[in-house]
Amino acid sequence: MHRRILKGERLVATFVCGCVLFNYPLLSLFDRDVEVFGIPLLYVYVFAAWAGLIALMAWVIERRTE
Amino acid sequence: MLASPVIVAAALLYLGLLFAVAWWGDKRADAGRSIIASPTIYALSMAVYCTTWTFYGSVGRAAVSGIGFLPIYLGPTLVMALGWFLLLKMIRTAKANRITSIADFISSRYGKSHLLGGLVTIIAVIGVVPYIALQLKAVSGSVSILLNYPEIVMPHRSETEPVFADMSFWIALILAAFTILFGTRHLDATERHEGMVAAIALESGVKLLAFLAVGLFVTYGMYDGFADIADRVAQNADLRRLSAAVPSGQGFTSWFSLTVLAGLAVLFLPRQFQIAVVENVNEAHLKRAAWLFPLYLLLINVFVLPIALGGLLHFAGRDVDADTFVLTLPMALRQEGLTLLVFIGGLSAATGMVIVETIALSTMVCNDLVMPLLLRMKRLALDESKDLSRVLLGIRRGAILFILLLGYLYFRLAGEAYALVAIGLISFAAVAQFAPAMIGGMYWRGGTREGALAGLSAGFLVWAYTLLLPSFAKSGWLPADFLTQGLFGTELLLPQQLFGLSGHDEISHCLFWSMFANIGCYVAVSLLRAPTAAEASQATLFVDALKHARPAGAALWRGRAEMADLIALVGRFLGPLRARAAFAAYAHERGAAGIDELEADAELVQFAESLLAGAIGSASARVMVASVAKEEPLSLAEVMNILDEASQLRTYSRELERKSAELTAATRELKEANERLQELDRLKDDFMSSVTHELRTPLTSIRAFSEILFDDPKIGLADRQRFLGLIVSETERLTRLVNQTLDMAKIESGHADWHASEIDLKELIAQSVAATSQLFTEKGARIKLDLPDGLPLIRADHDRLIQVMLNLLSNAVKFLPPDVGRVRVGLRECAGGLEVSVADNGPGIAPDDQAVIFEKFRQVGDSMTDKPAGTGLGLPISRRIVEHFGGRLWVESAPGAGATFRFVLPLAPAGALDMAEATEAMARAPAPLPASRI
Repeated sequence: MHRRILKGERLVATFVCGCVLFNYPLLSLFDRDVEVFGIPLLYVYVFAAWAGLIALMAWVIERRTE
Repeated sequence: MLASPVIVAAALLYLGLLFAVAWWGDKRADAGRSIIASPTIYALSMAVYCTTWTFYGSVGRAAVSGIGFLPIYLGPTLVMALGWFLLLKMIRTAKANRITSIADFISSRYGKSHLLGGLVTIIAVIGVVPYIALQLKAVSGSVSILLNYPEIVMPHRSETEPVFADMSFWIALILAAFTILFGTRHLDATERHEGMVAAIALESGVKLLAFLAVGLFVTYGMYDGFADIADRVAQNADLRRLSAAVPSGQGFTSWFSLTVLAGLAVLFLPRQFQIAVVENVNEAHLKRAAWLFPLYLLLINVFVLPIALGGLLHFAGRDVDADTFVLTLPMALRQEGLTLLVFIGGLSAATGMVIVETIALSTMVCNDLVMPLLLRMKRLALDESKDLSRVLLGIRRGAILFILLLGYLYFRLAGEAYALVAIGLISFAAVAQFAPAMIGGMYWRGGTREGALAGLSAGFLVWAYTLLLPSFAKSGWLPADFLTQGLFGTELLLPQQLFGLSGHDEISHCLFWSMFANIGCYVAVSLLRAPTAAEASQATLFVDALKHARPAGAALWRGRAEMADLIALVGRFLGPLRARAAFAAYAHERGAAGIDELEADAELVQFAESLLAGAIGSASARVMVASVAKEEPLSLAEVMNILDEASQLRTYSRELERKSAELTAATRELKEANERLQELDRLKDDFMSSVTHELRTPLTSIRAFSEILFDDPKIGLADRQRFLGLIVSETERLTRLVNQTLDMAKIESGHADWHASEIDLKELIAQSVAATSQLFTEKGARIKLDLPDGLPLIRADHDRLIQVMLNLLSNAVKFLPPDVGRVRVGLRECAGGLEVSVADNGPGIAPDDQAVIFEKFRQVGDSMTDKPAGTGLGLPISRRIVEHFGGRLWVESAPGAGATFRFVLPLAPAGALDMAEATEAMARAPAPLPASRI
């Protein structure tokens, strides 16, 4: 039961973290004319943060034992 | 080679394949071997979220606003992190109350209100119509572009074109027929369509595959990777602005509102509710889907910007709509196979959306709009013998056709004025209006029917005024003045700058005002009065859906009903056969032999109502059940009492459970402790009685001889000497006994002193033999030593080992036959230690007695006739001493063949590890005694 609650709290934290990552002002920090491997920085940032968020969710959800 | 027959054949073949999959899925479901019982299939079916909006429209959006297409997918990703609670609660509630649509959910929550269910249905239908129009626009657009292959001609449709010459009209009809075949072949009480879900999951796979194929082709086939596209873009000032994609200023507001809208839409779009909640097979699937579905969204978006930029570069200066790039880029390079794959992918995206959306909407229209109206017609309700299940199916089929035609109508009226994404966003803003009533209903007990009605109506009106009507105005169907001068020429009522709020895009503007009105009215009106009995009881079912022991709905019903009436009622809507089967299954579950044995109690009425709710919606089911049962309405006070009682009972029972578990544990511990104490007590008693018994024998002799000496002063000197000698020897025996008892007690309690030192066993044995040689001589026995040289030293207590040897030797002497006695003392090295043996040729020990001799005060022999020859403590003490040093002492003997006492001492008993090795080694050594006796 405790593990269940902990998992829920982790997911809420992931949600809040995502809300911050994908909003002003963090987003504006990456909104500049810089390219990474030829790809605009903002594009790279959003996709990296997105993939990271999904990985985090998968990790929280699929983890079995404490 | 892409002639029109090929295209039509491919499309029909693909639809046929989907139908086959659906048919197979249904068949498997009927056989109880579901093919959709997997979290991956569940996640894929959730991807029905990605329609042609995603497939064609994202690229169009990206071509205008760069990265601005992404919030539509980031919102759902964020919401899925909360899906664990939100969706789980929705699934549990829907399953417990047989809720089959979002209208049913809201109407059921606020006291099974017909009015509310109808309002939600109307909002959903009107709100989703633009979205369906979007699919028609995308499909007909892709077909007409494809028909001109290899030329790339943008579709133009004149307003005056007659309906029957319009391809979109026929596409709408085909989609309607397809959906009717798919979703309304039979009526199911749970409104679940396993076959459809399987087909939707397949479609999600196809559209992802097709989109990735185009993405790879454009990025790596046409250009040389992301960097190459970016290089070319950098040389073009206009495009550069796009790829840098600045969502600054107003952009961030828009970004934020789109994220919120998409997050709400993924929960409250009728088709998402249908797939995620109603069609959910197992709530455990939610776990993996919560991250697989966002992963799907990520994958389908990776190539959007490259395709958009690649298209802008390739078609620079030509009249090609960015919404069609996904299709026109492969066409421009004459990639026939890829073009066809893209077409099929787009078709998947459209059909998937249309099928699920219209099935969900038709359920709502039937259960929450048409049925309540029909039920009000007395003629229909009175005609009890009529089987209504066919009527229900007919209503649903009609609703599907009606909704698709509405979609076509919107497409005709307003479709040309907007890009795909803009149309879709209008629908998103409409379904977002469900959020306050839904989320409020799941977490707040105070929401009332009027509150929900007021909130929904206000939000819907604001949405229609700020988003829907302007879309008509922009396409010229309403006068354009409406947009520029406001209603009645009032500037404050400008639909897209309501009350002067300007500087925002139309979506953010609508979202703000509609949510302001919606949430404001919902909360304010709800707070005007306390919830009624019906609202309070439903609120408990919804808000406490995740609690383990929640009050069953049956607790909140009181009245009388007739079994036959209930079966007949359910039979009218589900068909008599299905109804009897359902009741028989219920009876079986209850352990009753058949339907006839069932009692029409509150729980059965509840069961009948939930069966009906699946088919006609909860509000109608309530009305129908009330029509055949004599109900006694419960007052609010009574409902609150039941709920309070239930929650108090719940608290008490949890508390009781916890306490009784604690009590059981404590009792068990006490019992064990008590048993241990009793055992110790018994051992102590035994020990005391043995000791006193042993003490009594020498004391009796001493007393007897002393009395003789005391009573008869004239006794002879020789006798006096003999008696005194006996008294002395008995006293010595007494002393020895007392010493050994003390010794034993010390060893057992762990208070004995041990002085370990390096010992040469050979020397120790020789010393012990010398000390006892007198005994051997007295008995005429011979002793033979077999002590090899050069054995390792061991670590033990010298005096204690001497004690062991003396015990064993004197014990041997005691049982030797006079004059022919032989004792052999041996010493040898064995695995892990040294073994000492003392063998005699006495009478031997019977197998039964071999364990007994190591017990305290137990001497072998008939105690009635034989005078005890020892204290009965020598062997037990010896065994304890040997065991203390990690060794083992045992006896090998057979009656008449002498006895051999052996003990093994490990070489290095100090270290724990070595000790373990030694013990192991000894286990391999010959072990004549069962392990349990050691």
